[in-house]
Amino acid sequence: MAAVMEKTDGLGKVDGPANAPDPASAAAGRRVGRGMAVAAILLLWLVLFAVLRGKQTLTLAAADLTDLHRWFNDVNDSIGANRNSNPLFLYFFNEIRLVIDTLVTFVQELISQASADRPLPQIGWLGVVGIAGYVSWAVGNWRVALLTVAGFTFFGLQGLWQESMDTLALTLSAVLVALLFAIPLGVWAGLSDRVNRIMTPFLDFMQTMPTFVYLAPLTLFFLIGGASATIATVIYAAPPAIRITAHAIRSVPETTVEAADSLGATRRQSLLKVLLPMSKRTVVMGVNQSIMAALAMVTIAALIGAPGLGRTVVQALQSLDVGTAFNAGLSIVVMAIVLDRVTTAASTRAEAARSSKNRFLAWRRPLLGAGAVVTAVLVYMSHTYVWAAEFPGEGGAGSSIASAADTTATWVQDELSGLTNAVRDTLTNGLLNPFQSLLTDSPWWLVGAVLIALGVVFGGWRAGLTTAVCVGLLVGTGVWSDGMTTMALTLVATVLVMLVGVFFGVWMGRSALVDRLLRPTLDAAQVMPPFVYLVPFLALFGPTRFTAIVAAVVYAAPVAVKIIADGVRNVPATTVEAATAAGCSSWQIITKVQLPMARGALTLATNQGLIYVLSMVVVGGLVGAGALGYDVVAGFSQGQLYGKGLAAGLAIVLLGVMFDRITQAAARRAGA
Amino acid sequence: MAGHVKHWRVGAAGIAVLALALTACGGAKVGDDSSGSDSSGGSAECGTFNLAVNPWVGYEANAAVIAYVAQKDLGCKVVKKDLKEEIAWQGFGTGEVDAVVENWGHDDLKKKYITDQKTAVDAGLTGNKGLIGWYVPPWLAKEHPDITDWNSLNKYAAEFKTSESGGKGQLLDGDPSFETNDEALVKNLKLDYKVVYGGSETALIQAFRDAEKNKKWLIGYFYEPQWFLSEVPLVKVKLPDYKAGCDADAEKIACDYPVYELDKIVSAKFAKSGSPAYDLVKNFTWTNDDQNVVAKYIAVDKMTPEAAAEKWVEANQDKVDAWLK
Repeated sequence: MAAVMEKTDGLGKVDGPANAPDPASAAAGRRVGRGMAVAAILLLWLVLFAVLRGKQTLTLAAADLTDLHRWFNDVNDSIGANRNSNPLFLYFFNEIRLVIDTLVTFVQELISQASADRPLPQIGWLGVVGIAGYVSWAVGNWRVALLTVAGFTFFGLQGLWQESMDTLALTLSAVLVALLFAIPLGVWAGLSDRVNRIMTPFLDFMQTMPTFVYLAPLTLFFLIGGASATIATVIYAAPPAIRITAHAIRSVPETTVEAADSLGATRRQSLLKVLLPMSKRTVVMGVNQSIMAALAMVTIAALIGAPGLGRTVVQALQSLDVGTAFNAGLSIVVMAIVLDRVTTAASTRAEAARSSKNRFLAWRRPLLGAGAVVTAVLVYMSHTYVWAAEFPGEGGAGSSIASAADTTATWVQDELSGLTNAVRDTLTNGLLNPFQSLLTDSPWWLVGAVLIALGVVFGGWRAGLTTAVCVGLLVGTGVWSDGMTTMALTLVATVLVMLVGVFFGVWMGRSALVDRLLRPTLDAAQVMPPFVYLVPFLALFGPTRFTAIVAAVVYAAPVAVKIIADGVRNVPATTVEAATAAGCSSWQIITKVQLPMARGALTLATNQGLIYVLSMVVVGGLVGAGALGYDVVAGFSQGQLYGKGLAAGLAIVLLGVMFDRITQAAARRAGA
Repeated sequence: MAGHVKHWRVGAAGIAVLALALTACGGAKVGDDSSGSDSSGGSAECGTFNLAVNPWVGYEANAAVIAYVAQKDLGCKVVKKDLKEEIAWQGFGTGEVDAVVENWGHDDLKKKYITDQKTAVDAGLTGNKGLIGWYVPPWLAKEHPDITDWNSLNKYAAEFKTSESGGKGQLLDGDPSFETNDEALVKNLKLDYKVVYGGSETALIQAFRDAEKNKKWLIGYFYEPQWFLSEVPLVKVKLPDYKAGCDADAEKIACDYPVYELDKIVSAKFAKSGSPAYDLVKNFTWTNDDQNVVAKYIAVDKMTPEAAAEKWVEANQDKVDAWLK
């Protein structure tokens, strides 16, 4: 079973973890040289920092703006003012909105909302459970069908049936729209290198630009409510599907395509008969990633009036009601796990069916027919009878879950807060503060030069060039100093992510049992809306940068753990056996064999860890991280800071692109 | 073979369900009775009333009571929309929001939407008075009574140091939705403090809760009316008095925040529509105590907004009648 949200391309596709054989001695020599270069750069930086401290740091107070920020404000205002006369609105955005709104309303009236002539949705809970179970069985297998039925029934027991269905309706609509664009674009990018190159920066942008930045303008373009929420979700959910589809098309073996060509297939034929069927399995994983990304947007969409579970979470947090927020968060986790397992089963079904006996296939058709009849009956009953339409009961399980979560959170807060404060202060004073002041108190050109030099050393000239461009643009955004503070936080968090990742990744990679036990927890940590655990974290660590770091680690570590576990597992068993036979201890095997051979996975984990940490910058801004995250949040809340928030969002994108290109180039070198 | 048997079982289960359906296990039919239907009569004259709900509990209390009365007494179809202030105001122009029923100042938004775009109009005061300022937890005010005067803040600056404040005292700021002059205040009052941005109301409340419980030193930006004050009665620190115009130049502010007369804003279209809901919004007025009661029902007693509103309306029918006159 694939993991929930294993977003192998947070930013830019990473060429599969390269488990290269041990490097030749020349490469080792090069590495020593690189280490020396890095040490020299850092030493020079420290010396210059001591001399130039506090000069040309480009600091900007929280309420201050630059001309660029004011210009963004003006553009935003003029769009709002001309909304009703601009032909672009009248004939373009309004039409898009109409189509999307019709789709969303249709799905909602089907499963979640009352329509004009009916007090209840068209299909009640029994029908939805029936359809979901049947579809899971038809595209997957009976095991995931059981999981689906159990999961959907659980929503009702939690007392969140309608909210869950609203979330499901929005998610399905958004994924449908996203795929409508993503699959053709992905195929195109898969066929043409040029298209791929042009598209990649846009995809990076869509995935790293904090949603808060475009949420307010979206409601200007597409009004408040379901349509805007769906479009915001589409923006975030389409890129993974595009990338994975392109990747799938690219990985079809060249010889197969050539064979088709030599048989006289036209381009169209080779696309429809060869490329698409052969990449079907990977494309379904793209659908999976789209769904997971869409679910990650549930709470954010609630901020612009989207109904559903996200709204329950946001409302509960106004009164710091952790229990209720957790209950709704749990529904999101369950929905994510169900949808993940079903799509994963669907992607592996083709092979599973092929390898099983023919008699099974012979029975399949009549059984599918029978299932369809049963489902139709369930749907009919849930349309007609109240007991099958409205989930019975008061959602007692939900209130027990809520009170249990409350008790646990209170206990943790009371018992652990002394300990946690000590950890926080040690890390903040020992590591974070010195590092941050090194970054923020050095002159901007010094930090910029250091970054470019490191980019060249780690990633080569091309990466150095990208870094230089990013540094230049960062200065241009006017939030350089905040950017450096955020960079310090991001890097410290990434170090922690990697420590956690290596520890659990090695453990999971070496033991299938541990893997099976830990994986659901990792899945949950990735899809549980961060808003839910921020309250207990705030109680433990106070509104500090450290709280933001901890939240980022919780969100980013699972990806790193999974990638590293995969890497460790892929080390050939014979190599490990040979080492064991040679008398190596477990510790020696891990440090001398498994980790060095999983080097490709480690770099990939670093890349993804960084990108995931960066996507938590805005959440960090809500709990005391300040800097870019706070700028974005404040820009969303206050009109006169809008432009600054947008600039801060751009700065986050730039940091993301810079980190991504350097680590990717480094990964390619590690693999070479 | 196992799969074989399994599928028979599925089939059997299906037949059982079919049988169940055919024997008309029945029960009430959808649409037969009023269960699940919450539309009441008379909705024709009021129609749909789009009420923005900004994300704080005090606002929720106003909105809950207005929605309850509009639905019950006027027969409106009330659509509540959970939105941040900026987006709610934007909704006046796009016709998606009819009313905002607790507005804190926001002169910039008033200029943009009331004066320039003319999509919104003022609908009078709510009767609530909003205070913004610096607060300390009650234990601190009790043990060091002089701390509630800004003149003695420098004396205690060292106590307020945290890992975030870079050697100075920490002044914790919170929700970015509210305007703050704190950086200017710290500078112009020559205080040895650094403003640290908590970034959300959640962060502020949790910090004050922790400070009161564990007797920690904390001074921060807060405001009332706010439900949290009924849990922990924070004490306001006295800053130099506010005088009209003393906050004219943002850079040079050295005085307290003004008292905000909280008001209601409606869309221009809604004001002209003749909807009875508009008259209700216009006439709605109550006290800080009233709001605190409803907010406490919602936040502390965990009642739903509807139940909280119903409880308050039943106890205060005379006030409601005055709005409906």
